[in-house]
Amino acid sequence: MDWLKHKKLYFLISGTAVVLSFLSLLTWGLKLGVDFRGGSIVEYKFSKEISTEKAMEEMTNEGFEINSVQEIGENSYLFRFPALTEIEKDRVASIAAGLDDTGFSEELRFETVGPSVGPELVRKTFYAVFVATGMILLWVAIQFKSFKFGVCAVAAMFYDSFILIGSFSALGHFLKVEVDFLFVTALLITLSFSVHDTIVVFDRIREINKIRRGDLYSVINSAITETMVRSLNNSFTIIFMLIAIILIGGITIRWFAVALLIGIVSGTFSSPFVASPLLASWDGALEKVKKVFFRKKP
Amino acid sequence: MSSPLKKLLLIFLLTLAAGYVSLPKEIPLNINYGPVNIEKKIKRHDINISYKDFQIRKEFDLKFGLDLAGGSHLVFEADTSKIEDERKEIAVEGLKNAIERRVNLFGISEPNVQTSSYAGKDRIIVELPGIRDTKQAVDLIGQTAQLVFAEVGTEEEPGIYPTDLTGADLKRADVAFDQTTGKPMVALEFTASGSEKFSRLTAENIGMPLAILLDTEVISAPIVQDQITGGSAQITGDFTIDEVKKLAVQLNAGALPVPVELVEQRTVGATLGAESIEKSVKAGIVGISMVLLFMVLSYGRLGIVADVALIIFGILTLACYKLIPVVLTLPGIAGFLLSVGMAVDSNILIFERFKEEKIKRPYKDALEVSFGRAWDSIRDANIATLTTAFVLANPLDWNFLHTSGPVRGFAITLSLGVILSLFTGIYVTRNLLRVFIKDTKKKGK
Repeated sequence: MDWLKHKKLYFLISGTAVVLSFLSLLTWGLKLGVDFRGGSIVEYKFSKEISTEKAMEEMTNEGFEINSVQEIGENSYLFRFPALTEIEKDRVASIAAGLDDTGFSEELRFETVGPSVGPELVRKTFYAVFVATGMILLWVAIQFKSFKFGVCAVAAMFYDSFILIGSFSALGHFLKVEVDFLFVTALLITLSFSVHDTIVVFDRIREINKIRRGDLYSVINSAITETMVRSLNNSFTIIFMLIAIILIGGITIRWFAVALLIGIVSGTFSSPFVASPLLASWDGALEKVKKVFFRKKP
Repeated sequence: MSSPLKKLLLIFLLTLAAGYVSLPKEIPLNINYGPVNIEKKIKRHDINISYKDFQIRKEFDLKFGLDLAGGSHLVFEADTSKIEDERKEIAVEGLKNAIERRVNLFGISEPNVQTSSYAGKDRIIVELPGIRDTKQAVDLIGQTAQLVFAEVGTEEEPGIYPTDLTGADLKRADVAFDQTTGKPMVALEFTASGSEKFSRLTAENIGMPLAILLDTEVISAPIVQDQITGGSAQITGDFTIDEVKKLAVQLNAGALPVPVELVEQRTVGATLGAESIEKSVKAGIVGISMVLLFMVLSYGRLGIVADVALIIFGILTLACYKLIPVVLTLPGIAGFLLSVGMAVDSNILIFERFKEEKIKRPYKDALEVSFGRAWDSIRDANIATLTTAFVLANPLDWNFLHTSGPVRGFAITLSLGVILSLFTGIYVTRNLLRVFIKDTKKKGK
């Protein structure tokens, strides 16, 4: 099957996705959770539904600067504040108890993060991505004895993470989903899954190339054909697990699983439709660049 | 007896052993059917072998992290700005020691206190399982260590009488060795005003013990031999080197007081944790069932073999969690579930390959060839995943990477899953298939 015939279409799709992610990030940015920006979150369970507006109002009246109240489960609500002290937390608890007619409120979870922790997290994430990318690039380049393969795999990997970040920017805007510690983990897993998937295709390219040294174009086409079912089936099994977590797993890891799902779907798409076309266009593009370069030279 | 069969037997025994470890501690067995009425509990025993000095004890219980078992995770930042650089490490060590001692006052099982130092910031991470009311804990732990020298009362007037000689007067405490006997001892050095107070105190208490209190607890009560002037003293005795080190650390905790500030706190109630476990187990069962079904639907008989391998994978993984032991957190469970999805990948790669190969050659050969050919992809792809897991787990404790619990828990279960899945997905499946194929061949004849 001639997959690469529609190369331009794939680039158009992935290009659009990148542009949309970029625009989303530019207009809405990322909704940072307490892990990044500091602050406190408290989760309370009440005996029945409460009005989030009333909760906001009560807290404000009592002099608390409250960021939001959000229903996150059956009768359980997440209150977001700037960092609270222990004493303030006690007062918040008593106000929360007043929100329920029966005076019942159970503190399920309390998290507070100081302002100094966030920047450190960002820096460490950056290093983690940097180290992981470097090691993967090195591994692919050594394994395939070609820099070209490494660059294409890493390009697809960055594409997937960018789509994931862009999606969460949109999710943050529409559904108030915050980016936290676990999101960082999901991002790094996306990196590795993306490469995992791409390597399987590249591996096949290498193998076919050994047997019948055809032109790269047809070799890549065969490789995509031969790995397509495996790639889809493998993703399906992972997607099954993730959907199970999203639908019946706890709320705490729901968005983490959503992040992984986006990463896996994008990662499955990017191996045959981003990394492989890139590889196919590599030499052609290099030629073009050279031509332009030489022509412009007086 | 063929070799694959032998291997299969070994795998079977291994699974059986792992299966035993994986069992919950007590399994209630209730059968009420007509006249049959059995109500008993099957107990799984832990290993507890002791022979003279030789002892093996191993409990096969799953360890849950704070987010599942409930508890508090507190991070304190130490203000070491007033301490000279060379003494900082000792000061933080002393602080950790002091906090450990305070935490032990809570009487909870398995508290965890560790230090983390990054970009000039010294942090103490305190994990208190089961503690939800953190106010008291934070107040107690957040105190600056107080070191006081005290006079000890006589038999007629027993008691301890604190003096004005405090940690502020102590410059430093170090481990030293007696010049003549070579025994380890603690060398104390006082400040100018401290020397004066100490000289007066020793003069008044010759032959009497002088108690040293850290946070109202007596850490040492050496007997004053003579008046000591000049500001340096030694605490000698029949100490081991470890005892001396510990005492020096404790004294330094008072001599180099480090104020701490709470910068991060995460508290999870036990109910939320239990709910999370329940939901994760449900999600896991549903997800795994779907994967099992999917494999059978896609690959028929081969799929059943893959499913057997996947179940063995599950049992082995659970046993590993218990034996290592891995502290399970919510992200850790997610890592496990993700690895289940990835575990069948090796099988999918092999089976897809097999579909192509079986057209070209006999069934049995095709199977062997598929394993060989698929191995390259499996190896390369899994090493890439392990690389990321390695960066996330950060086993070498590189300071510039994440050293915190949740990310680590995830990476550890994921890498364990990848490694075990290579074993079950390739070795186990291969031997299962070898035996399986031979049998069908014999029947065919």
